[in-house]
Amino acid sequence: MKSRIKIKITMLLFILAASIALGLSRGAVDIPFLSLFEMPNRPILYLRFLRILVAAVAGSGLAVSGIALQAILRNPLAEPYLLGTSSGAALGAVIAVILGSAGLYLPPAAFLSAVLSVTLVYAIAKQGEHIPVQSLILSGVIVSVALSAIIVFLVSISSDGALHGLMWWLWGSLEVYDMKLLSVVALIVFAGIAAIFFFSQDMNAMSVGEEYASHVGVKTEEVKKILFFITSLVSASIVCVSGIIGFVGLIIPHIMRLAVGPDHRVLIPCTCVAASAFMILCDMMGRTLLAPLEIPIGVITAVVGAPIFIILLKRKQRIR
Amino acid sequence: MANILSVKGLYGGYGSQMVVRGVSFEVGRGEFLGIIGPNGSGKSTLLRLATRILKPSAGSVMLDGKNIRSIDSKAFFRRVAFVSQDTIIQFPFTARQIVLMGRIPHLKRLQFETRRDLEIADRALALTDTSHLAERPIDSLSAGERQRVIIAKALAQEPELLFLDEPTSHLDIGHQARTLDLLKKLNMEKNLTIVMVLHDLNLASAYCDRLIMLNDGVIYREGCPDEVLTYQNIEAIYHTVVLVNKSRITSRPNIVVVPGGVAFTKEKRVNNG
Repeated sequence: MKSRIKIKITMLLFILAASIALGLSRGAVDIPFLSLFEMPNRPILYLRFLRILVAAVAGSGLAVSGIALQAILRNPLAEPYLLGTSSGAALGAVIAVILGSAGLYLPPAAFLSAVLSVTLVYAIAKQGEHIPVQSLILSGVIVSVALSAIIVFLVSISSDGALHGLMWWLWGSLEVYDMKLLSVVALIVFAGIAAIFFFSQDMNAMSVGEEYASHVGVKTEEVKKILFFITSLVSASIVCVSGIIGFVGLIIPHIMRLAVGPDHRVLIPCTCVAASAFMILCDMMGRTLLAPLEIPIGVITAVVGAPIFIILLKRKQRIR
Repeated sequence: MANILSVKGLYGGYGSQMVVRGVSFEVGRGEFLGIIGPNGSGKSTLLRLATRILKPSAGSVMLDGKNIRSIDSKAFFRRVAFVSQDTIIQFPFTARQIVLMGRIPHLKRLQFETRRDLEIADRALALTDTSHLAERPIDSLSAGERQRVIIAKALAQEPELLFLDEPTSHLDIGHQARTLDLLKKLNMEKNLTIVMVLHDLNLASAYCDRLIMLNDGVIYREGCPDEVLTYQNIEAIYHTVVLVNKSRITSRPNIVVVPGGVAFTKEKRVNNG
């Protein structure tokens, strides 16, 4: 039992190493792997390295947020954007573009409006000291739909060509244009994952049931509030650098739960490795499939992720 | 016999609705106490108040003379465990992982279970006759198997006081008897104090040393099964006509429902006024 987990972890690390090598060596321009490290090719190596870094940060952050939300909401459909971060961020970005200040202010506008929409979702769901899980999911859906309607309205009345560029951002991109922003976000995501990992046991018990968790001494209301805050902060920060990348936060947690089991103390580290590898590979495909055109990474994650998930699910059912 | 739990003037409920309205009782160490009463009489709410899940509006619950609100929640659940009616679990934890969660109050954050924790979990699995299910995912077990695993989890907490909320209501008669026999054995051999809500009056009569009969959020009667389970008391709060015999095996009250008796009580009430 224990040794099987060790083998799986070794395999995951191997896959990660292989995807890093692939991500570095493949790109819009074909350069042999070894000559990448020669002096004239250094800038290309550096750019590819940065993208791998963003892929790892965004992938692990989204997947671990997904894990936390699925556990505390006890809902298999929960994902990091459930509580309104994606639609909030998108609205902020659209407004920034319409006001003509997209270049510099798009990330802070997206972040602020993501935080605002999560706060709104939270305020609607809250009943006194208590946050019922069902009303939180409902208010998340309602706020997202309302914000999306506003976005469509704004896009339809504006004739700005820049909004077309924005649609591309809405499907996610790992292009790095601001090193400072990336370092801040990486720091937030890293701290967030560490904090979520700290609550592993609480999430184990809470994924069984809230009262069940209370009966082994978990302070469920407190844990819920902390984890909502952390996951919102993490996903809002990621949206700022990479746009909205769907599916990773939903599907990687499920795949990893099938692979290594539901114990969060094992699941979270394994998921970080797997999500990073998955994102690096998806990004590599997005860059090379139609080079020099680039396919938005959100498209690739959906197209690649869905079949993998279906195959695993069917196999698991057959075992039962 | 020193009292392990003492409940004084307890009021509590949900929002402004008081479900438990002034309940006081004591539980002696090593006692097997049953709580009975009709649906909505406040039995489950009383257990939730006594296990820190709900905050009382008034009154207090003392564990060994200490108010439970002032005890740290992990420290509290190292001494007290709770088994609920039926737990539906969606995540594919194995039975052993579920039982090991009973060790959470004993562990520090991020600490993995020690060999000792694993031994305690194995013993709990063996006691509840679920060792053969240890590696099975909990969502693939039957209701009876699942309930025994949940009881094993409670035992893995190594409690002095065990609360159970209708632990047998989803079980067939064989599993009901086996579960209650196990609880009786733990009660006799390990001096585990048990406070159990039960719907089945005959099981309550056969297994409990003492019964508390709740009605409308207050204690209607309290005492040994002979004193509490009279046809007058049962008719008064359940509005049902029953025949109370003496069991030939336990010589405790044995309740038989009289078919059509509900209509009879209604008629009588109409005739009387």
